[in-house]
Amino acid sequence: MSAAVPLWVEGVVAALLVLSGVFVVIAAIGFSFLRDFFQRMHPPALAYTFGNWCVTLASIVYFSTREERVAAHPVLITVTLAMTVPVTTVLLARVTLFRRRMANAPGTPLPMTSSHRSTEGME
Amino acid sequence: MSALLSGAVLAALGCYAVASILVLVRLVRGPRAQDRVFALDLLYCCAMLVTLVLGIRYQSDVYYEAALLIALFSFVSSSGLAKFILRGEVIE
Repeated sequence: MSAAVPLWVEGVVAALLVLSGVFVVIAAIGFSFLRDFFQRMHPPALAYTFGNWCVTLASIVYFSTREERVAAHPVLITVTLAMTVPVTTVLLARVTLFRRRMANAPGTPLPMTSSHRSTEGME
Repeated sequence: MSALLSGAVLAALGCYAVASILVLVRLVRGPRAQDRVFALDLLYCCAMLVTLVLGIRYQSDVYYEAALLIALFSFVSSSGLAKFILRGEVIE
């Protein structure tokens, strides 16, 4: 059932793979060389979105052409990452905020007190 | 598989290797526990992408399932570790 993959499809797949590698390297450089944790949080989003989408698209295009059917199942990986990565990121951001508050680090925003909300009639 | 595609696969795998080494440096250097957990999460992502690219290289569908499992393990381990740092226990 495996058909020969035409050269232009292989070109598209190759371009997507190289693009994904470039995005992941940019994310790793940002993650490795930025100074603060809240700055370092952001570059990995490149790897989780663009880096992953490019490989997924390459996989879909390649297997769909090769097996002559719609092989869209790698989309599941993108969906899984889109659901799970924000949870982890927000949890780690809250960890950092919590630990800095406990350590009384300078420049840490204070928690919202009830005086902010009482003007809106919350309490 | 043409030379174009195998070259691109090699280039992508090399990029992932470089990225993994950079992230590994961050994982060793720290400075805090949350940096290490985030680095572990990114390493899982790199491993998952390597598995997907190897699936294209060896023209097999099995690698996709391994990649899906790695993505799920990445979520479970990172959120469990983050929860442990935040609260001192994983399930309250």
